[in-house]
Amino acid sequence: MDQQAHFDAVIAADERIEPRDWMPEKYRATLIRQIAQHAHSEIIGMQPEGAWLTRAPSLRRKAILLAKVQDEAGHGLYLYSAAETLGVERSDLLHRLHTGAQKYSTIFNYPTPEWADVGVIGWLVDGAAIVNQVPLCRCSYGPYARAMIRICKEESFHQRQGFEMLLALRDGTDDQRAMLQNAVNRWWWPSLMMFGPPDAASTNSAQSMAWRIKRHSNDELRQRFVDMTAPQADVLGVKLPDDKLRWNPERGSYDFGEIDWDEFARVVKGEGPCNAERIERRTAAHAEGAWVREAAVAYAAKQHAQADAA
Amino acid sequence: MNDRNDWPLWEVFVRPRRGLGHAHVGSLHAPDATMALRNARDLYTRRQEGVSIWVVPAGAITASSPDEKDAFFDPAGDKVYRHPTFYTLPPEVDHL
Repeated sequence: MDQQAHFDAVIAADERIEPRDWMPEKYRATLIRQIAQHAHSEIIGMQPEGAWLTRAPSLRRKAILLAKVQDEAGHGLYLYSAAETLGVERSDLLHRLHTGAQKYSTIFNYPTPEWADVGVIGWLVDGAAIVNQVPLCRCSYGPYARAMIRICKEESFHQRQGFEMLLALRDGTDDQRAMLQNAVNRWWWPSLMMFGPPDAASTNSAQSMAWRIKRHSNDELRQRFVDMTAPQADVLGVKLPDDKLRWNPERGSYDFGEIDWDEFARVVKGEGPCNAERIERRTAAHAEGAWVREAAVAYAAKQHAQADAA
Repeated sequence: MNDRNDWPLWEVFVRPRRGLGHAHVGSLHAPDATMALRNARDLYTRRQEGVSIWVVPAGAITASSPDEKDAFFDPAGDKVYRHPTFYTLPPEVDHL
């Protein structure tokens, strides 16, 4: 059987492609782009919430937030590890993030001016991420699917801690409820954009579905998220900022308003509220850590030399 | 964008609990074996997923080639007599 036929047969049988298998170059390139973008999103995603680590209102909330931000670092590293099995170097991926050659999710270019933003990120942003990511646990590329299984197990804690924090705000003062509503107003529409452009405009979708990298279309997943989330908003006593949002009994789903795709395009292009700040912070952290990486290499080399001499 | 300060790649294996073997969980970069172990602890066992960790330099692993998969594994395919189900015994025979 020739290589292409073997690859097609593995995909058709819904089995997994593994690192040393032959694969079409475009399949490899698509996966590298997608996994790297996903890893970058986890790493940049540490920043909006990390900003609140020193200001968490209690030791309990601080410990939870530290664990969550640490998980995001971990998720980034699982994903870089998966990307490297496709023959790219991690330092190269970081370089592409720092220079803007590879993107990360637009959602992390929005600011977190208030504490309630941290909870709403857990509820909406991690909630949307879970809807996007659960099908990736069955992605045709083995290392990516395995990384996603670990990530999805851990994301569930992220979403629940966020919702629990918002329940505390709901049961708090009028000011706290207002803070909660304002944060929902800020994050609702950007969260819907996390599913990517509408199906008609999504250039890579058809091929990714055929390769079983993707299992569902962007619009399908977006609808699933809206249907899950709208009743949760009622529990929190908040209004989602969309006058067109209402239950459609014929479709058995919620109808919702038009997303501002011009805003999405602007944020992708780098004109979101925090694009520059996020990359500046990331490149500064990388540069400031350079001496640590160099010292560790020098120490390892010295230990090695001493062991050889002994 | 490689420079000589890039840390080498290590493959990580975790024993989930006593009685089970170590299983591959992923990889990480570290300057030496000691740091690789510590990083593996932080990266792959944040929720008590293991009781023991191995780290192995990725370059030290020799793997069978998927290109020779058929020639490599097929010789076992026609030896069905290696399986107990190959043998038919009378129904009155127990414990066999």
